[in-house]
Amino acid sequence: MEEKVKNITTDEQQEYVINMGPQHPSTHGVLRLVVSLKGEIVKNVQPHIGYIHRGIEKMCESITYPQIIHLTDRMDYLSAHINNEAVCLSVEKALEVDIPDRVKVIRTIMSELTRIQSHQLWWASFGMDLGGLTCFFYGLRDREKILDIFEETCGSRMIVSYNCPGGLMYDIHPNFQKRVKDFIKYFRKILPEYDQLLTGNVIFHERSKGIGKLSLKDAISYGITGPSGRASGFSCDVRKHEPYSAYDRIIFKEILFTEGDTYHRYVARIEEMWESMNIIEQLIDNIPDGPFAVKMKPIIKLPEGEYYQRVETARGELGVYIISDGNKNPYRVKFRSPNFVNLSVLNQIASGFKIADLVAIGGSLDLVIPDIDR
Amino acid sequence: MDKIQLGEFIKSIDPDLEIKDGKQFTEVLVPSSKLHSLATQLKEKEEAQFDYLFCLSGVDYGHDLGVVYHLRSTIFNHVVVLKTRTSERENPQLDSVSDLWKTADFHEREVYDLLGIKFTNHPDLRRLFLDNSWGFPLRKDYVDDINIVTK
Repeated sequence: MEEKVKNITTDEQQEYVINMGPQHPSTHGVLRLVVSLKGEIVKNVQPHIGYIHRGIEKMCESITYPQIIHLTDRMDYLSAHINNEAVCLSVEKALEVDIPDRVKVIRTIMSELTRIQSHQLWWASFGMDLGGLTCFFYGLRDREKILDIFEETCGSRMIVSYNCPGGLMYDIHPNFQKRVKDFIKYFRKILPEYDQLLTGNVIFHERSKGIGKLSLKDAISYGITGPSGRASGFSCDVRKHEPYSAYDRIIFKEILFTEGDTYHRYVARIEEMWESMNIIEQLIDNIPDGPFAVKMKPIIKLPEGEYYQRVETARGELGVYIISDGNKNPYRVKFRSPNFVNLSVLNQIASGFKIADLVAIGGSLDLVIPDIDR
Repeated sequence: MDKIQLGEFIKSIDPDLEIKDGKQFTEVLVPSSKLHSLATQLKEKEEAQFDYLFCLSGVDYGHDLGVVYHLRSTIFNHVVVLKTRTSERENPQLDSVSDLWKTADFHEREVYDLLGIKFTNHPDLRRLFLDNSWGFPLRKDYVDDINIVTK
């Protein structure tokens, strides 16, 4: 009997290892986290990834530039339009093509709509991670309205592939402006409801304030971008620092906080939705007339050299690094995907907190697994 | 610093380095033996302060294997690109920079996984996406009869 009691005490002091995932509701996809625990406290998190690695970078080496655009949808499927834009911009920059103003403005509006719908889905699933099931229904209900706009104009709801080198696949639908304005009017009323439901909730505050703190120094060293980085005070908004498309002609503010905890990563995204609506409102009535695409050569060959293009997706900085040897296929394409980099900080910020907080921290980083695996 | 000042600054660290004025960024070709010391100086010298490694890519140049580092300073907002190569294909080795920029940890594991470049002094060099039975898919001489159809 005495021996048995002894064993229990030694067991309590031991660390033990559990698997979260690959199939787990809070990992938002096939991500496996190997978590070392001591009691309820997380000591170490090792992400194991690659379950849906498709080798997009390798595939790109054997296809042409217009074809690559359709693969980039499949990386971060919630920022599909912005990913497309990154490839288009680098091809256009390499060929020194002047893009009509109409294209720039439409691209910007579409990017911001993409950002809003991505944050809506994040808000829905983040609420659910923390036990608030209503969020899921509210978030998805409002996201449908944006997806309907996409469907009407692009023909597709999520994997839009609306960009092509030189402009857009086709012109916007005649209803586009009206429906976007209706949506903004509707969502300006609805967004305060999100705050009432979750932002001001005491249980939510207890679960998020002070949890998973990321310092500014670590954010820069780990390269954490997007709302997660800006919540730590890392000014990394590509739209401000290296404006592309129509971002240089509009007024918007970069959302910055200094606290860097789960709560402020949450607030940063809510604030970004307001900011995105401001951007759309500035542009929606001023879409210039003109062609929706420049005629490009049927076979696009980039001049020999290297091209790097950054864009701001809903989750951070996406970099497209193309090495061209002058052929119609790229020699090497590298996607610097924001989620891949953001995942690397998980061990640093989740260690020392409870396992339930790991779910909150993982949710606040807003990971999309296909973008990690590529 | 603009491109010219940056070139002069890097010359002042090591006059033997080859500096190329790329279309977008200043590019520095670094021999693999000098890489870590140059990276340390670029990060720590007060007038440079390249504290943000925003992209690290492995490239198969055909004969050589190489790694490209895109560095940015969040204070001065200037960018420099370091390129290093190794002609060894059987057992390529480069110095890890994960002690300087923590983001290099994952990036280097990815490069090791897909190109087979080993990084010395890396804290945890394991394969990231694939298991050990795979070759190195991003190499140009990689053959996969089942999944890659060649015309």
